[in-house]
Amino acid sequence: MKDLFAVVMLSGIYSLLSASFFVALDAVDVAFTEAAVGAGISTLLMLIVISMTGRSENTTRHKPLPALIVVSITGALLIFGTLDMPYFGITDAPIHQHVAPRYIEESMQEIGIPNIVTSVLASYRAFDTLGELVVIFTACTGVLALLSFNSKTNRNDKSLSVSMHKQHLVIRIVAKILIPFILLFALYVQFHGDFGPGGGFQAGVIFAAAIILYTMLFGLSAAQKALNPSLILLITALGVLLFTCVGLTSLLLGGNFLNYNVLADLPVIGQHLGILIIELGVGCTVAAVMILIFFNFANQREQLKQKHKQVKDSQELSP
Amino acid sequence: MIIGLFNYWIVVILMMSGLYIVIAHGNLIKKLVGLTIFQTSVFIFYISIANIEGADAPILADSINQYSNPLPHVLILTAIVVGIATTALGLALVVRIKTAYGTIEEETIQQLDNQSSQSKQNNDAKEQA
Repeated sequence: MKDLFAVVMLSGIYSLLSASFFVALDAVDVAFTEAAVGAGISTLLMLIVISMTGRSENTTRHKPLPALIVVSITGALLIFGTLDMPYFGITDAPIHQHVAPRYIEESMQEIGIPNIVTSVLASYRAFDTLGELVVIFTACTGVLALLSFNSKTNRNDKSLSVSMHKQHLVIRIVAKILIPFILLFALYVQFHGDFGPGGGFQAGVIFAAAIILYTMLFGLSAAQKALNPSLILLITALGVLLFTCVGLTSLLLGGNFLNYNVLADLPVIGQHLGILIIELGVGCTVAAVMILIFFNFANQREQLKQKHKQVKDSQELSP
Repeated sequence: MIIGLFNYWIVVILMMSGLYIVIAHGNLIKKLVGLTIFQTSVFIFYISIANIEGADAPILADSINQYSNPLPHVLILTAIVVGIATTALGLALVVRIKTAYGTIEEETIQQLDNQSSQSKQNNDAKEQA
């Protein structure tokens, strides 16, 4: 397929389908994340990039036949490797023997939260989650370093962004009604993550999606007036800091790093408190990172557009 | 019953189509889409081995006595969000390549690189002469 727009749209549909597939396999938390990330944010980022780089692909495909041979040999070897794997859906596969029974049987007494995924994510494997959060933070730093972000240049250019979004009256009004509810839903997902599917990662992505919707319809400068980019930058780091501080507090109170039992008189209440705070940290960082990345791409796009406009103007003036 | 392994075969097919896109296409955005497909196949692999037939989602309730394995769910949940962050980094690189070279086709970039290094060598030779 040569049209990249169609490719991006199809990959969005593919993400949505795999999200419903995860629901069918009882992984509700994962499906939630995949639907918000894959079908929402990732499609949008790809779209904004192809709007900058052009939507058609070069027709020449290099060496399709050797690639096909390599791929089919690898695939055949992998399928040969699966012959020793346990069958799909059986109870006594090795994966279900080791740590999982303990999580399922004892997490209610130890953590006191119905959603096992949340208690594993935020308590048993909290150190792992901290690592993931740092990876997201680092990726955001990388994007910031690659796409220089300066908010001052496009302040004086209001005419362009206002006129661009004057059309689509219906979409604007519907979005204006929807955005508060999306934000409210994000907060619900954030704080109800202990009892139902949800948590900091999903809530952060949904929150960012609402802001991105606003940015797309009302222009970058309007969104930046509502949310100061340097404030978002601060929140990005603040989330990671919050997470680490909870760990250090438990260390100072005499427990292990990220052992919440010592945070309150009763271990279960301490666990509740710890999980609530670190999920808040995760939510802050994820939401801020996604918003910041989108702002950067949108800003880059507007700068490119301005450059094109200037070139065109100078060409028209010169003859 | 060899058909019980079908979930792995679907994963392998998806993974190989992702790999094929990465190898055979020169367009950098298509390569990123291929990487995403490769990544999702690993997600599906993890989630499918966590599944138990007749079990329910791992949220504790009184009436349920069998849950699917929560650990792979946790790993993949975080991996998805990390995946979008790293994809964004890749897209940022693509944008920078576009501004530097004016194209995002791998072969054209290679040609431009060769040309610039050749002209550099020529200049050096002239200076020495």
